[in-house]
Amino acid sequence: MSLEFILFFVFAIVAVMGALLLIVAREPIHSALSLILVMVSLAALYLLLGAEFIAAVQIIVYAGAIMVLFVFVIMLLNAGVEERTNWSQIAKYAGLPLGIFLLFELAHFLAHSRIGTTIANGAGAPTTAASTRALSEMLFQKYLLPFEATSILILIAILGALVLAKRGE
Amino acid sequence: MSVVPISYYLVLSAILFGLGVVAFVFKRNIITIFMAIELMLNAVNLAFVAFARAHNQLDGLVFVFFVIVVAAAEAAVGLAIVITLAQNRESLNVERVNLLKF
Repeated sequence: MSLEFILFFVFAIVAVMGALLLIVAREPIHSALSLILVMVSLAALYLLLGAEFIAAVQIIVYAGAIMVLFVFVIMLLNAGVEERTNWSQIAKYAGLPLGIFLLFELAHFLAHSRIGTTIANGAGAPTTAASTRALSEMLFQKYLLPFEATSILILIAILGALVLAKRGE
Repeated sequence: MSVVPISYYLVLSAILFGLGVVAFVFKRNIITIFMAIELMLNAVNLAFVAFARAHNQLDGLVFVFFVIVVAAAEAAVGLAIVITLAQNRESLNVERVNLLKF
């Protein structure tokens, strides 16, 4: 049992617990805080996988910007305890077993696929500092056009949010 | 040094995605449904990073970067829609939003 295994299991369990907490929490603010827990533990897993830049972006953009936006909207709208409604009968008796079956099928396939048995030792993987450098070179050379396209996407998203948030006349 | 196989990460990704689907279907609050979508996007990101590591290629990380950008744009527009909806319906319950429901 190496340190990496222990870290993986700790953060994996924290992530799954956070996702479960998101489902069982009655108040949206609790769901938001548990989702932040999931995102932070996923950032730690990215560090284990040797993706430092993605881990930093995960913390800054996801746990920072996006979740602050969510929490802000929850507080702005004063969202309280959600109403419980009766589940539809089909969802209860067919949906739940089918969902669990799908989950296990997916997990079984992934665990036994050819790629799944690969060990993540990353013998030829770039080292820590070189990884971010190589990523930036790839982002600004091979993927320059998609990168510029995302700036237009962000611009349109800002305009869309402004138009939607504007009060009607 | 013994290290974690990729399959562990992929199974964790599948579990998180499944929980995201469950939350998406079961929750009735529109903001929580949005958070379930973010959870699913995160699960897919984990699979991307794990595959990038397995193949020793950085393309997967670039895709994660783009997924995060799209998620940010989606959250901005989606939450603007949520605010407009909450002002019009005075409720965050998705079952109150049934104008287009057959």
